[in-house]
Amino acid sequence: MIAQNIAFGIIATVTAVSAVLMVTTRNVVHAALYLVAVLASLGALYVLLTAEFVATTQFLVYIGAVMVLFLFGVMLTRAPGGETQSLTATSWPVAFGVAAILAGALTWALLDQFGSDELSENPVVFRTADVGDEIFSTYLIAFEAASVLLLAALIGAIVLARKD
Amino acid sequence: MIADLSFWIFSDYAVSTAIKLAVVMLIIPLTSLILVYVFLFKMMAFMQSRLGPMEAGPHGSLQLIAEALKFLQKEDIHPDNADKHVFALAPIIVLMSTFLLYVVLPVGPDLVVEDLDTGIFYAMAVSSLSALGVLMAGWASANKYALLGGLRAAGQLIAYELPLVLAVVGVVIQAETLSLQGIVHAQANWEIFGIGSGMPFIVTQGIGFAIFMVAAQAELTQTPFDMPVAETELVGGFHIEYTGFRFLLFFMAEFGTAFAFASIASVLFLGGWSLPFVDPTANWLNIVGPGVMLAKILFLSMIIFWVRFTYPRLREDQLQKFAWKLLIPAALANIVFTGVFKVAF
Repeated sequence: MIAQNIAFGIIATVTAVSAVLMVTTRNVVHAALYLVAVLASLGALYVLLTAEFVATTQFLVYIGAVMVLFLFGVMLTRAPGGETQSLTATSWPVAFGVAAILAGALTWALLDQFGSDELSENPVVFRTADVGDEIFSTYLIAFEAASVLLLAALIGAIVLARKD
Repeated sequence: MIADLSFWIFSDYAVSTAIKLAVVMLIIPLTSLILVYVFLFKMMAFMQSRLGPMEAGPHGSLQLIAEALKFLQKEDIHPDNADKHVFALAPIIVLMSTFLLYVVLPVGPDLVVEDLDTGIFYAMAVSSLSALGVLMAGWASANKYALLGGLRAAGQLIAYELPLVLAVVGVVIQAETLSLQGIVHAQANWEIFGIGSGMPFIVTQGIGFAIFMVAAQAELTQTPFDMPVAETELVGGFHIEYTGFRFLLFFMAEFGTAFAFASIASVLFLGGWSLPFVDPTANWLNIVGPGVMLAKILFLSMIIFWVRFTYPRLREDQLQKFAWKLLIPAALANIVFTGVFKVAF
């Protein structure tokens, strides 16, 4: 039992509990805040995997930008404070079934592919500079494609929002 | 088991972690409170031709302790309709974002809590967490002024985070590293056409420096960007319902973050703890470095508070236009020029 295992146990529990609370809570702002907790604990898991750059990006993009915009939208449009709405759709058993099948399939696929792998005694440490080198050499085309896709989404949003 | 535990408590790892925690959560926050006395109490008073606090201690220098004790004695009130847990959590998240910033600040060749590989990128990421706390505070207070303040703050923090991050990119291109310690060393060893040694990056990144300071002013919601806490229209904005200890947390976070942004700016543009014409590996810089750094921080925060006490407030549309139509294009142009010069020379 090493420290990383204990940390993983704690972080995984927090992630799972927040995820369940997120879909069961009746307050839409609470749901968004639980989602923040889920994303933050995923960031903590990346730190545990020595993926410092990915963890930082997770915090900057998902919590600092996406979730803040999300909360901004919710608070601007929904009635604030105390009120609870029924957020549970009547078709939830079907959604639960789909989610269970997806979780089962992913677990099986991961265990089948990597189940017998073992981490080496001296884990490889990825420097942030290596990540940069890889993105702008090996994965250059994927990176550029993602940029163009984001730009298209951005222009699309402006076109939809313009009145004239 | 007990023997194991006592062994662990006195291990190098545990001791160094305890020291690091004390630095981040005690020493730097207390140092940052210098700003409150020197600038908020005294400089503002002198600019307005008055004396400021004079009673507690010589020249009112113990006023801050008196203020803190006053806040601690006050009753912890929350509104009836407030969402208690979110209300209690919000100031802690804002203060946490400030403390996390202190983790990467270098003040000497060996004096840094954690010299992260992602350094400045990490600092930008954790500073963006405060927007979350502000939104939570505004919403949980169940007060329309607080909600308006929270929404204004979030809109402003999102808009000015972009020029802030983009202004940093120019420095990162020039230093070829994200690590704050690496950026200090890059400046300490930097020469322009073989002349000089240890020139700060402000020489070539003047535009970046100006954009960074303006955006930092907005991120700190200081005047002229204080729409979110505008006391004449919102009666204090997102922290309107906070009293006593919880208000103290917001207050500490405000000045703590001002201190952190001034230190990041001094590391990026003024050379941090290093001095021109001095070997950055010299051991005595571990003693002199913190003083050099503090002088640069006080100079930069003086500019921040000087502007705060001088200018009137911007309107919401002027504020957004300024960020999107002026600062962001200028920051992008700065990145292009820096990139071209980096490749050409």
